[in-house]
Parts: sequence; C-alpha cells; structure tokens
Amino acid sequence: MYKYILKRLIMLIPVLIGVSLVVFMMLEITPGDPARQLAGSDASEEAVEQLRDELGLNDPAATRFVRYMWNACHGDLGTSYTTKSPVVKEIINRFPTTFTLACLSTLIAGCTGILLEIISATHQYSFLDRFATLFALLGVSMPVFWLGMMLIVFFSVKLAILPSSGFSTPLHWIMPAVAVGYRAAAIITRQTRSSMLEVIRQDYIRTARAKGQSEKVVIYKHALKNALIPVITVLGLQFGAGLGGAVVTETVFSISGLGKLMVDSINARNYPMVQGGVLVIACVFTLVNLAVDVLYAYLDPRIKSQYGGRVKAKKLLKNKNEAKGGGER
Amino acid sequence: MSEQVQLDKKKSMKEEKIRAFMKNKLAVAGAVLLLTMIVLAALSPIIAPYGFDEQNYEIARQTPSLQHLAGTDELGRDIFSRILYGGRVSLTIGIISVGIGLIFGGSLGVIAAYYGGVTETVIMRVIDVLMAIPSIILSISICAALGSGIVNTMIAVGISSIPTYARVFRSSVISEKSKEYIEAARAVGAGNARIILKHILPNSIAPVIVQASLGVAQAITTAASLSFIGLGIQPPNPEWGALLSSGRQYIRDFPHMVVYPGIAIMLTVLALNLIGDGLRDALDPRLKR
Amino acid sequence: MSLLELKDLTIHYFTDEGVVKAVNGLSLSVGAGETVGLVGETGAGKTTTALGIMNLVPNPPGKIVSGQILYNGEDLTEKNQIEMRDIRGRQISMIFQDPMTALNPVLTVGDQIAEVIRLHEEISRSDAYIKAAEMLEMVGIPAERLGEYPHQFSGGMKQRVVIAIALACNPKLLIADEPTTALDVTIQAQVLKMMNDLKQNLGTSMILITHDLGVVAETCDKVAIMYAGEIVESGSLEDIFHHTAHPYTKGLFESIPSLKKDMKRLKPIKGLMPDPRNLPDGCSFCPRCPYAKEECASQDPKITEITPGHFVKCPYWKEVHLNREDL
Repeated sequence: MYKYILKRLIMLIPVLIGVSLVVFMMLEITPGDPARQLAGSDASEEAVEQLRDELGLNDPAATRFVRYMWNACHGDLGTSYTTKSPVVKEIINRFPTTFTLACLSTLIAGCTGILLEIISATHQYSFLDRFATLFALLGVSMPVFWLGMMLIVFFSVKLAILPSSGFSTPLHWIMPAVAVGYRAAAIITRQTRSSMLEVIRQDYIRTARAKGQSEKVVIYKHALKNALIPVITVLGLQFGAGLGGAVVTETVFSISGLGKLMVDSINARNYPMVQGGVLVIACVFTLVNLAVDVLYAYLDPRIKSQYGGRVKAKKLLKNKNEAKGGGER
Repeated sequence: MSEQVQLDKKKSMKEEKIRAFMKNKLAVAGAVLLLTMIVLAALSPIIAPYGFDEQNYEIARQTPSLQHLAGTDELGRDIFSRILYGGRVSLTIGIISVGIGLIFGGSLGVIAAYYGGVTETVIMRVIDVLMAIPSIILSISICAALGSGIVNTMIAVGISSIPTYARVFRSSVISEKSKEYIEAARAVGAGNARIILKHILPNSIAPVIVQASLGVAQAITTAASLSFIGLGIQPPNPEWGALLSSGRQYIRDFPHMVVYPGIAIMLTVLALNLIGDGLRDALDPRLKR
Repeated sequence: MSLLELKDLTIHYFTDEGVVKAVNGLSLSVGAGETVGLVGETGAGKTTTALGIMNLVPNPPGKIVSGQILYNGEDLTEKNQIEMRDIRGRQISMIFQDPMTALNPVLTVGDQIAEVIRLHEEISRSDAYIKAAEMLEMVGIPAERLGEYPHQFSGGMKQRVVIAIALACNPKLLIADEPTTALDVTIQAQVLKMMNDLKQNLGTSMILITHDLGVVAETCDKVAIMYAGEIVESGSLEDIFHHTAHPYTKGLFESIPSLKKDMKRLKPIKGLMPDPRNLPDGCSFCPRCPYAKEECASQDPKITEITPGHFVKCPYWKEVHLNREDL
C-alpha cells in the first residue's frame, strides 16, 4: 500500500511540471502586456521597457520557464505584479478561507446527501422519497451563483439577517456554504441512490435475506456498506473541486479566496500570481484525488489486497485460539 | 431471408430502447421541456414581444407585468425577450462546446484505448495534466487567453471538457476491446479503422450519449459562469450569464432582473438532466426490470 | 407426515409485459432426511418454486397466487415476514446458483457465517466465531481463513462457504438451487460429495434443483420432473430412471448422448419450452409431444398414481412406459 502511495506521489512531479507548462503557454498567448498595465497607460515607452527588463519579460520563453521552475522548487513562486508581495504569501493568506468554505460545503453535502438518501431507500415511494428526488434534481440544475444570489435576495435584502459579502464571521459562512453545499448534496444524493439501487440488486443481498436477516440490517449493514464506497469518493472529489474552484461563488459573495484571486489575477495579467495560484491549486487537487483513491482502496477489501495491503485475518483467529485454550490448531 | 431477420432484430433493439425511454415519465417530461426551450429560442425573432436591444428609459427597471413578463432591465429592455434571444446563444454554446469535446476528446480517448502502449500512456498523461486543473479555472484561463465572444467561449468550454470525453470514450473502448466479437472481426481480416468505426464505436456509444446530454447542461452552466465573471460573453449580448452579470448590481432593489434569467438556465439544465437520466436508464443493458 | 408439502402452489409475476405464470399448481412433498431432486430445463420455474418456499419471491412483481406450503403442518404462505425470518436460515436454508456473487464482498467470510449463527441463537460474538470456524472446517476450509474476504477464495471454495452459512444453524431442510452448475466438473464432484456427507451426518432433508440427470442419479432419493411450472412426473429414483412414464421425461433421457450405444445423431426434444406469459391450453407439453392425441391440446391432464409414490401427469403414460428404450 505504501509503495502505491509513494508511486503516486512521485507521479505528482511530472504532472505539476505539465500543469506549469500548460499555464505558461496559455499566458504566453494571452494578449496584454503586464509591464504596460503596471506602469500605466501614460508612462513613457522607455519606462515600460525598463519595467519589462526588470520583470525579466524580455528573456526568451524557455529561459523564463526554466527559471520559474527552478525557483518554484525552492519555494519561490515569484512576486505578485500588483501587490509586490510574494505570491506564496498571498496564496497562504487566501487559502484558509477557501479551505473553510470547501470543508463546510462538503460537510453539508455529505450529511444532507447521505441522510436524505437513506431515508429514501427505506421509505420508497413515500413523500420524503419524492421530495428527495425533487431536491436532488433541482440541486444539480440550479447554477450555484444564481442560488447564491437568490439567497442574498432573500436573507440579506428581504430579511436582512445574513451579511451578503465577506467571510469574517460564521454568520458570513452560512450562505456561501449552503450555495455550494446544496449542489454538492444533490450530487451525493443522486450518487448514493444509483449506488444503492445497484447494490440492492446483487445476489449477496438475497443471501442475507435468505439467512433470515431483518430488512433494516440488510440495508444498513449489507447494502449501505457496499453502496457508500463510491459515494465517499465522490464526496472527496467534491471537496477537491471546492478547494480549487468555488470561483464564481467567491465572486458572488465577494469572498477573498483562492478562486477570486485567480480571476482577478487573470484579468490583471498578473502572471506570477496566476502561475503560482494554478500550480498550488493543481497540486492540492491532485493530492486530494490521491487521498480519495487511497481511501477507496482502504474501504474496499478487493482493491486493498490488489495494492498489497494486509487484510487482517490474524486477529480473529488469535481470539478464537485463546478462547479454546490454544489447543488443537 | 436472413437479411430480413437481421434488419428486424436491429430495428427492434432500437425500438425497445426508445420504448424504454418513453415509459419513463420524467424523461419524457424533460424531453418535452427541452424541445419547448429549443423551439422558443429558435423562434425568438418571431415570438419575442420586443427586440432584445430595444431600449426605453421610461419603463426601465419595472417589475414583471403583463406587458413585460419578466420585467425590464436598467436600460428599459424587456427581459423576457432578452431571455428568449439569449436562449439561442446559450443553447448553441452548449451544443457546440460538447461537440468540440466529443470530437477531440473522443478521438483522443479512442486512439489511446485502441492502440494502447506508448500512445495511450502519452495521451493519458496529457489528459491527467489537464484534469489536475479544476475545469472552471481551465476554462477561465483559456477564455482570458482567447478573449471574449461566442466562438472563443465555445472553444474554451469545449477544450475544458475534452478530458471528460477522452476518459469516457477510453473506458468504453477498453471494455469493448477485450470482448470476443472484436477478436472475431480481426480473425476474418477486418482492418483497424473498420473495427473501430463499425464495431467498437456503436457499442461504446451508450455511456457517451448519457455523458453528452449531461455535458450540454454543464456547458451551458459553465458558459453562463464565464459570462458572469466578466469573461465569456459580454452585454449587450443577452446570453443568460451576461444577463445575470449585468443584473447583479441591481439585486437589492430590483431582484427580478436576476431571478428570471436564472430560472431559464435552471429549466434548461433540468430538462437536460432528466433526459440524461432517462437515457441512462433506457440504455443500460443491465437494468432489465 | 412429510417435512415439507407443497400443495397446488401457484406463483405468478405481474409485469408490464404480461402475467408470467412461473409456477402452476405444483405439488411436491419432501420427507425427513430425504433428498428430492427437482429437475427441469431453464425457465421451468424451479428457482421460483424455491424462492416461493422461502417467501423470497421479489414482491413487485411476483406473488404467491394460491396454494399451500406446509412445513411441519404449518402453512408458510400465511406467515408474515417476521415469522418467516425465524424460519429462514434456521429451519429452512437456501443456497443459490452463482457462488461468485452470493457473498458480500466487504465482509469477511467469518462475519458472514457468524451472522447467521447470531441471528438464530443466543450466543456471544466470540462463541459465534468459534462456531463459524468449526463450520469452515466442516466444509473443508482451514479455520485460519475466517478473516479473509470472499474475493480471496476460488469459486468452489466460495460455494463451500455458502454451504457453511446455510448449514450453520442445522436446518431441517436445505434448498440447493443448482449449487454446482457454475463450477468445474471436478469441483462439482467434490462439492456434491461434501453435501451428501454433511446431509447424512446432520440428517438434513434437501431439495436439489438441477437440470443435470447425472447429478440426480448420484444424490437423490426422489425425483420430480418439472415442466412449464408444473410437476409432470415424480417418484423414487428407480421409478423415474427405470420406469419412465412421461413423454417429457423420456425425451430428457433420450437427449443425453450415450457412451454405450452407437449414436450418429443427437436426439433433442423438438420445439422450445412455451413462453410462460402465453401457456397453451390443455397439456403444456402437447406441442412438443410425440405421443400427443387430439384431446391433449384442450384438456389439461389429471395426475395419475401408477405405483405407490410414482405420479404422472399424462393419460397416455402406458405408451411411454412400454416404448421406453433401455438406458
């Protein structure tokens, strides 16, 4: 198992290099001159040229890329063109905000989604079941930023009980987390449902019933345990996506998180910020994916043994032998 | 005689699947809804009560009424008409972006899966790199690089969906590739191109169709998001995201400017999701009830 | 009194495409310690019958329409789910055809055996596991493998685990639905022998569902031949094999290629089993029967008892009896 994880971590490096390359190339073809933008439209041509030199923008592309990668390995992702502070610092400032939002929305999604689906499964065709289906359908259909705005209209404008921008107090967290979380919850509900439907049709569920097991235990112990495995991975992926991309939600609620930072930097042609930001986001995203895969392998014994994990057989037998007085075996 | 039997069999399988889809009431509702949206969008020049850029300052910012079903915006334009016209843009973007993703992503996926080896590794590594970047950020970057506008938005959204389709096609092809009928086709001398086009693709299509219909929904939402943050499509083009973006500043006093375009997006995406779900249920060979 | 008696059992599936008449007026009895073979082709309704006994017929769309299932004199069709759960696993157990999918992949083998024990006996967790280990040994699997997961076992061993689960609470009746069909022939022999031994040691009665007459010959005391949801002939092993009386049974025996005789062509039964949504009037075998007479198409034959215990559902059994070639 550890070998597998190590292998995946090593694979991270070429992926990150690839990501940097892609971002670099895209920035190359993006029109706009950062030096000109920084200097202002009425600065003289020489001043702009001097600025270009200072920023190292006149060097050939390959040189710039290699230099960037070299610096990155030492933890230096450059300096923001607009704020003149290190990119790394800016990212670290914003990271907790985005992280909190991602955690909250994933929490909401997980609890609501799974709970709702369990209720549906045990009360099929009831009002709750239909409600859950509708809830999920609307959730995946509603654009998140629109939901955000609707929440603002209702709670900030009409009822005036929740603040509409910023992220400083827990009260500020509610609406953005719900906006992102609702959609994620809908996705989880649907995933759990399809997973359960598939599991319930399996032969081993029939075996469990043939043993005389009660329906409740069949669903919770046998079906759910199998059905939740893919659901947990989807949840993890949602978390990863939340980390990288609650871009539009952050815009709606004026939250200074990583996503908004990215959008603003792209618009301002703030090259180092964009490069650094995307690199960090891609890195975190990939790590989360890796964590999800490991979790999946951990939960599903079939995959676990594939990756060389030890499946615990010994403990049970030891107990038994002790109970028997360690006799005949 | 046997040819006739063949034709009947093929027809009845397709018929069976269509019938399975039709039985699903939600799916049919979705299809009807989508069709309605498409018709409304296509016929917008004829049925829209006003032009999409007909400005009239006197009636600006009015809440919905009989003359203006969705109210008017800050320049006095009828929002309902703008939504109708915007439907053309949004739907077109949705479909073409998915088309781009399907064609390019699909080719990559099929080639990777079919030829395997180094080709597959290289292609899949590139896909992995693309997937390491959350798609919204990818599409934002591409949009920023290319500039705003309908075509550029389609390209941006299309490209960011390539990894998804590459993967879907690849997994489909991989599972078909190992089936015995492919071996049989090779044994009678069929060349690679023929095997891919005639045998593998038709059988891999089911999950792709499902993904594509859900993909159009996603593309429409992504395009709207892009327009919303200032990239993508800009006013005065009445694309739904652009409508939301320009209406945003008036959210405190005139929320209607934001409510209705959002509902339009929601209904379209809902319809596509229902269709996608229905297709998935109808086309899944394992779900024999 | 026999252990299990099915009287006129009728089970139908009510689907969108019509009513599937899976089991029609089936009567069967199983005595204590007996092994009854239920023989029939695919689609004859054998699995449905088995599920019906356990009241596990999937409820939409299936339903026990009429008939009685008498277990020790009590009618199981009148019991509710809670009462049936007591019976399942403890009085009557069932094992299914495909061992590959019958076990829960995320629970250990030990968990799954211990589960059935704890369901029906007042016993502590660790004692249940001890008992589970004993069951494993009984089916020929080393007890150390208690903590392993199903995917770590081969098909034959998985089936043994399934058998261990089924017999863990010492049921009086075991229903085995084609237990060896999915296994290699050599493993098949092993599993059958093991089942026979267990059966004798524990005194369990068994309904062995199969389409393989060879398996029947080796393991069964009584045989019932099933066609289109009905029992067309039943009797002792001797009766069925040496005094065959129903045209279908005869057809089954004749379609088996013989090593002794010099055969140039196989002799299948012509035609196909009828669509259970559209059963013919009269005798359901009539369209394929070489002995069919005019009334067969319209009159459903009555059951005749030729010799004590040997029942046939055909009025012309004498012709079949006389025409029988030696096996």
